[in-house]
Amino acid sequence: MVAGGDVSMKIDELPRRSSLLPGNPSCQGCPHAIGLKALSVLENPVLIIPAGCTTIIAGIHPKAAFNVPVLHVPFASAAAVASGLAASYRKEGVEASIVVWMGDGAADIGFATLSGAAVRNEDIIVVVSDNEAYMNTGIQSSSTTSWKARTTTSPGGKSEEKKDLAAIMLMHRIPYAATASVGYLPDFINKLKRASEIDGFRFIHLHSPCPPGWRFDSSKTVEIARLAVKTGAWILWEYSGRFRITSPSKPYKDGSKRVPLEEYIKTQGRFKGLSEEDVEEIKSKIEEQWKFLLAFEEIFR
Amino acid sequence: MKHSEYLIAKPSKGSAGQTGLWRSFRPVYHVERCIRCLLCCFYCPEDVIEVHYHRFILFHYEYCKGCGICASICPEDAIEMVEEEE
Amino acid sequence: MRTLLTGNYAVAEAVKLSRARVIAAYPITPQTTIVEKLAEMVEKKEIDAEFIRVESEHSALAAVYGSAVAGLRSFTATSSHGLLYMYEMVWWVANARVPLVMAVVTRTIGPPWNIHTDHTDLLTMRDSGWIISMAENVQEAFDLTVQGFRISEEAGLPFTVGMDAFQLSHTAEVVDLPSQQDVDAWLPERRQPYRIEPEDPVTVGCIGPNEYTAKLRCNMAREMEKAKELVNRVDEEFGKSFGRRYGGLVEEYRLEDADYAVVMTGAWSGDAKDAIDMLRKEKLRVGMLRLRYFRPFPQKELRKLLEEKEVLVVDRDFSMGHMGILGIEVSSAIGDITNVIAGIGGVDVGVDDFKMMFRKFADKKLRKIEWWPEEMFL
Ligand SMILES: Cc1ncc(C[n+]2csc(CCOP(=O)(O)OP(=O)(O)O)c2C)c(N)n1
Ligand code: SF4
Ligand code: SF4
Ligand code: SF4
Ligand SMILES: [Mg+2]
Repeated sequence: MVAGGDVSMKIDELPRRSSLLPGNPSCQGCPHAIGLKALSVLENPVLIIPAGCTTIIAGIHPKAAFNVPVLHVPFASAAAVASGLAASYRKEGVEASIVVWMGDGAADIGFATLSGAAVRNEDIIVVVSDNEAYMNTGIQSSSTTSWKARTTTSPGGKSEEKKDLAAIMLMHRIPYAATASVGYLPDFINKLKRASEIDGFRFIHLHSPCPPGWRFDSSKTVEIARLAVKTGAWILWEYSGRFRITSPSKPYKDGSKRVPLEEYIKTQGRFKGLSEEDVEEIKSKIEEQWKFLLAFEEIFR
Repeated sequence: MKHSEYLIAKPSKGSAGQTGLWRSFRPVYHVERCIRCLLCCFYCPEDVIEVHYHRFILFHYEYCKGCGICASICPEDAIEMVEEEE
Repeated sequence: MRTLLTGNYAVAEAVKLSRARVIAAYPITPQTTIVEKLAEMVEKKEIDAEFIRVESEHSALAAVYGSAVAGLRSFTATSSHGLLYMYEMVWWVANARVPLVMAVVTRTIGPPWNIHTDHTDLLTMRDSGWIISMAENVQEAFDLTVQGFRISEEAGLPFTVGMDAFQLSHTAEVVDLPSQQDVDAWLPERRQPYRIEPEDPVTVGCIGPNEYTAKLRCNMAREMEKAKELVNRVDEEFGKSFGRRYGGLVEEYRLEDADYAVVMTGAWSGDAKDAIDMLRKEKLRVGMLRLRYFRPFPQKELRKLLEEKEVLVVDRDFSMGHMGILGIEVSSAIGDITNVIAGIGGVDVGVDDFKMMFRKFADKKLRKIEWWPEEMFL
């Protein structure tokens, strides 16, 4: 068994080989590269990739880094291109899992596109691999950058809130929405598998700590992703008809079980110099988020 | 060359070259400590840790970037990051 | 079958008869009724296609890019602000060498808000790698749409059919609609440079050495060049099957013996032809070269057909800081011309205007660049 938090999996259930081949251009310790490994549980995947780090990761002509079909598309267009592809495959009876793999930045600029595709309940899976900034262009703030995190466009710390993209997508009344983390691959894989058994628009918001972007050592990607969950700062949940907090996050419903937030914050250069009051404020924001999601659990039983 | 060939790339390892050369530290395996949980293999971003006989592991150094995730995730300290010599 | 149709409905019929399988579009006046009609046809199952109700024009072209790259004949349509909104995709689709057809119902660009025709929107596409055509009447809009699928798929380049707001889009004319059987016989199976299919693990469009971009552009340029012959051949073959030929890249109207040649494009060419007929009766030898295509651009035809004639280019658009866009284009091929800028924002320009304009031109009373009518711009 492979343990990943509380979720365990039989080794034989694990994807054997990533669809992303070794020797690709991702940085050392890249969270996208870890997350992309999970996609190999999907049958007949076709990947749609808008501008972002994964554009680079996907290889340099004539060598492609993916061993599945990949279509590169403009930054804001991914969910729409996927919709067209889905329409064609449906017409022709082609079996495929169309996966949009995009960054948080692509979800910003392509928000209307994403929303439109969700409203149409297009038969696609969208994974937003959220490293909480525009990394490919050099660490600029996005809607999902954490409050107070330093980026090159928020050198003194971001002054706005982190947008709860997954909850917004859920409110589109799509059949499947979830959050996941590169620190808990078995949980992410389980979610992808469940999503793949459902028709229609499926959305997964994947938390992806990025070593150069958040300023931590490349060996710590998984550890920091887990700390985000253990401190309650990133909450894993799933909706597929009913809403539930999923295993790795379950123990932290009880605030007293959470690891102190400082443990998470101090690992990252982007939070350097946060005042005690700031940390307290982040804690209260986290508390609010828990209340909100636990209320969801009540509502969507 | 047909124009579509300028647009179409085929799967190939090493699309960024021999990324093993990026390494400053090399993961070294202490097989005697390994409990064969395969966490290292599972989380290696580069997918260069192979599951070998009896679930012992094998590193493919040609492309291992030396990120150190395998060493940091190993519950038994069976992987050690050792500085590469020039 | 002869029937009364507006330009927009004629294009919708052409899309249906061409058996497009995926249609995506976003409403904007004056294009809207094309997609409304197609949505209705899809719903009534008169056409075996998917209609994707996208949330923007950027997504409209993105969606048909996806469907076309997956291998199906695809169509979209837009106008003006919609075209500008999808501009990023316009270039992407061309560089990706994806065959598809888009109708652009030409409309001016705001502010001020104005839904009427000029050609500025369509001409913003000219450097992008689309084959760009422009219809004079409803029949031609229909014919160009059907031909567009064939040309696009053979050249591996996207194709746009331009037609003027209201004068064509919403004006009913009698058109000859061919039977499904005849169109099927004429239009070959779709072909395209490549497809994205689940079982074929290729990556399309990844970064690479700069020379790949350069080679791709050069290749596109050559393909565009070859498309000149293709356009002419398709016009001829269409003529053989359906009895209508237009002359390929350009149409000549009373040009051969003309001393004065007018170069223009679009719906108002019909009125200008009437003016030419009248002036001919007054012994003024005027003729017309009508541009049916902007891209590929017919330099060779212009040089040959306009040799030793006084040339007036009438533009319904303007390149700020320079002159009319057709004016620039035509002078790049033949040198000195006179350029009239008229009909911007849908300002009416009728037969009498053209008569007066051409007369003034012959009398050398026009400026090099003349905004028409003069008194409007005093
Ligand atoms: C229309 C457009 N605007 C801007 C860019 C430049 N750009 C490329 S990637 C990127 C940021 C990507 O951020 P994200 O989606 O979060 O992906 P990441 O690089 O973080 O993985 C930007 C701004 C672009 N390619 N297209
Ligand atoms: S910047 Fe971050 S997300 Fe981008 S390739 Fe590097 S590690 Fe991966
Ligand atoms: S993580 Fe450590 S103990 Fe587990 S298989 Fe790898 S080396 Fe062995
Ligand atoms: S150092 Fe990084 S790339 Fe190398 S084997 Fe370990 S996890 Fe994989
Ligand atoms: Mg990002």
